[in-house]
Amino acid sequence: MNASALRSRHLLGLEGVTREEISLILDTADTFREIIDRPIKKVPTLRGITVLNLFYEPSTRTRISFELAEKRLSADTVNFAKSGSSVSKGESLKDTVRNIESLKIDMIVIRHSSTGSPFFLTQFVDSNVINAGDGSHEHPTQALLDMLTIRQKYGKLDGLRVVLIGDVKHSRVVRSNIWGLKTMGASVAVCGPSTLLPYEAEKFGVDIYTDLDKALDGADVVNVMRIQLERQQAGLLPSLREYTNLFGMTKERLHHLNDNYTIMHPGPMNRGVEITPEVADSESSVILNQVTNGQAVRMAVLYLLSGKKEERGEEA
Amino acid sequence: MAANEYDLVIKGGRIIDPALGFGKEADIFIKDGKIQNVLTPEKAQAEYQHVPSENVIDATGNLVVPGLIDMHVHLREPGREDEETIVTGCEAAAAGGFTSVCCMPNTDPIIDNQETVKFVISRAQEAVANVYVVAAITKKSEGKELAEIGDLVKAGAVAISDDGHFLQNPELMRRALEYAKMFNIPIITHAEDNFLSAGAIMNESYQSTRLGMKGAPAVSEEIAVLRDIKLAEFIGGRVHIAHVSTAGAVAAIRSAKANGVKITAEATPHHFTLTDEEIGKKFDTNLRVNPPLRTRKDVDAVIEGLVDGTIDCIASDHAPHAEEEKDVEFDQAPPGMIGLETTLGLVKTYLIDKGFLNWADAVGKMSYNPARILGLPGGTLEIGSVADITIIDPEKRWTVERDKFRSKAKNSAFIGWKLTGRVNRTILAGKPVHISK
Repeated sequence: MNASALRSRHLLGLEGVTREEISLILDTADTFREIIDRPIKKVPTLRGITVLNLFYEPSTRTRISFELAEKRLSADTVNFAKSGSSVSKGESLKDTVRNIESLKIDMIVIRHSSTGSPFFLTQFVDSNVINAGDGSHEHPTQALLDMLTIRQKYGKLDGLRVVLIGDVKHSRVVRSNIWGLKTMGASVAVCGPSTLLPYEAEKFGVDIYTDLDKALDGADVVNVMRIQLERQQAGLLPSLREYTNLFGMTKERLHHLNDNYTIMHPGPMNRGVEITPEVADSESSVILNQVTNGQAVRMAVLYLLSGKKEERGEEA
Repeated sequence: MAANEYDLVIKGGRIIDPALGFGKEADIFIKDGKIQNVLTPEKAQAEYQHVPSENVIDATGNLVVPGLIDMHVHLREPGREDEETIVTGCEAAAAGGFTSVCCMPNTDPIIDNQETVKFVISRAQEAVANVYVVAAITKKSEGKELAEIGDLVKAGAVAISDDGHFLQNPELMRRALEYAKMFNIPIITHAEDNFLSAGAIMNESYQSTRLGMKGAPAVSEEIAVLRDIKLAEFIGGRVHIAHVSTAGAVAAIRSAKANGVKITAEATPHHFTLTDEEIGKKFDTNLRVNPPLRTRKDVDAVIEGLVDGTIDCIASDHAPHAEEEKDVEFDQAPPGMIGLETTLGLVKTYLIDKGFLNWADAVGKMSYNPARILGLPGGTLEIGSVADITIIDPEKRWTVERDKFRSKAKNSAFIGWKLTGRVNRTILAGKPVHISK
């Protein structure tokens, strides 16, 4: 595993991460995926390592996925949730983390509503930092598990056409997928209402659509994002009903896709809003497989970063 | 001839006085806080018999300019004396070469009444710079009812502004302009449409798209600028646009001036040196400012506006913040950075050395023009005027260091920058108040 290694001791995002690094993570994840499928799903790899799961935003699947990944690697885990903590007493992120780190933490997994908060942590902690979602910025392990799932099915990412549908503006999943997929040689399109496409999105180097049928034409993979009711309240959408009519992934639209297409969703799903149940539960849907792969990818990232210490210079 | 003794003479420096159109070597003779004489070296010879040698400052190799004026600073007193006080803010001003500052009213309480204006002026008596008060347009700067502007002017306010907020109600802004006309004071506009900028953390651009942060579009500033241009044109009042940051705002002001509208404008050093591309590199919260750092195109337009005179003044928008307030996640930090001690070096390094401005232009924008816009004494070295003088070592190379700031606050995005041009001495009413080491 030393021939190639991750350059940074943190995983803050996929922008700027190389093809070799992503391949290394996915290859490692394939190995861990086998362990998950064994009757005894535990290895001693991270024995003696303590991981802090620092969740400043509500999360179900990402938090459980990280925690299980840590436990399967025999790490000790500590969970922090914003509610019921000293944050409600006005303690800053910096003070909170420095205090917990004094209890001898080795790695920190952080989910936070502020862009750049994982980078902010790296400025004052010694632990390895893994971004589990920062604002609308990046969610690298989600994109890695999406890529792992696609690669398992097609044996490659190169040359595939992937369409990301929904709230591009507020989606960290979309951003991380764009960086990762482009680096791995996939062709990427995004599709959503123009109010949810961010300014100058074309500079991402992706194709942009506001007509879902056109976006789906010739695509191999469709990754459907959750749409949130708040967008309607913020005046970005007239109604969820109209969103469903224009951007809902329905059975009727499937014929635009290439044969052997794949349907994905990072969850949690709004069935009947951005995706119909029959599409979500169809044979081409890999949504539950994504969840299982999430654990494997997180095991891989934890393993590859653990023990990487101060090599000041090239920091993410 | 003891009666004729001068208190201070500045000898051998090159005088830059845009008001007099003067740019050559001369000696300045000061008595009783006023400039008594400005003489060429030959003519000065005879006067030296009246001057004890300890009263002579040798300014050879330096520039001697009218005391610099920063028309947009936040001194935080009253209310946030932990961040800055009138005394420490003025020490920072003197260390940056400024003899006068205009303080914005967004203190706690807001400077929207005579008592608070008088408080600031009285606290400034012990400070090492002149402090001029910009008072609020509306009560508590809430944009609902006019403050007692006549009272404020009587107490000493030189302009009014709800800085930090745009006066969103156009009817109220119209009335404010009409009312302010009676006192011949400008209204300083913080140009930002509150709806378009709601929740914004940075500029709206590819950078905000990339980082997933809510952006304030350039049009938010431009719509606000255009509205106040139209109102100034209609009412005939004087509007001064604070911290111009977008290409469209520069173009709008340029065209308004060409049409004879009474409008003036300022730009900050951070808006002519930094772009929004810096933010994603280290999420330095000192880069969170309002208006936000914009794109390269906007920075170039601001510089062009400074060059062609569309932008009259350079002002720092010195905004001290407590360390704990800036040592947080990027979007949690309050906007603003300090600037009094870096403006001069940034102007020299990024405007003069790059060939955009000459020293006369730069001194005009940092002294004569703000004095003229606000009706302040100073801004010139004319005989009889107040002896507020800045001596500049134009080729002095220095590095901005966090621990060297005189300001109580350290929230500068320029720490570590290598600059050229630094104040040598700052002289307030004939008395040196800062001498650089």
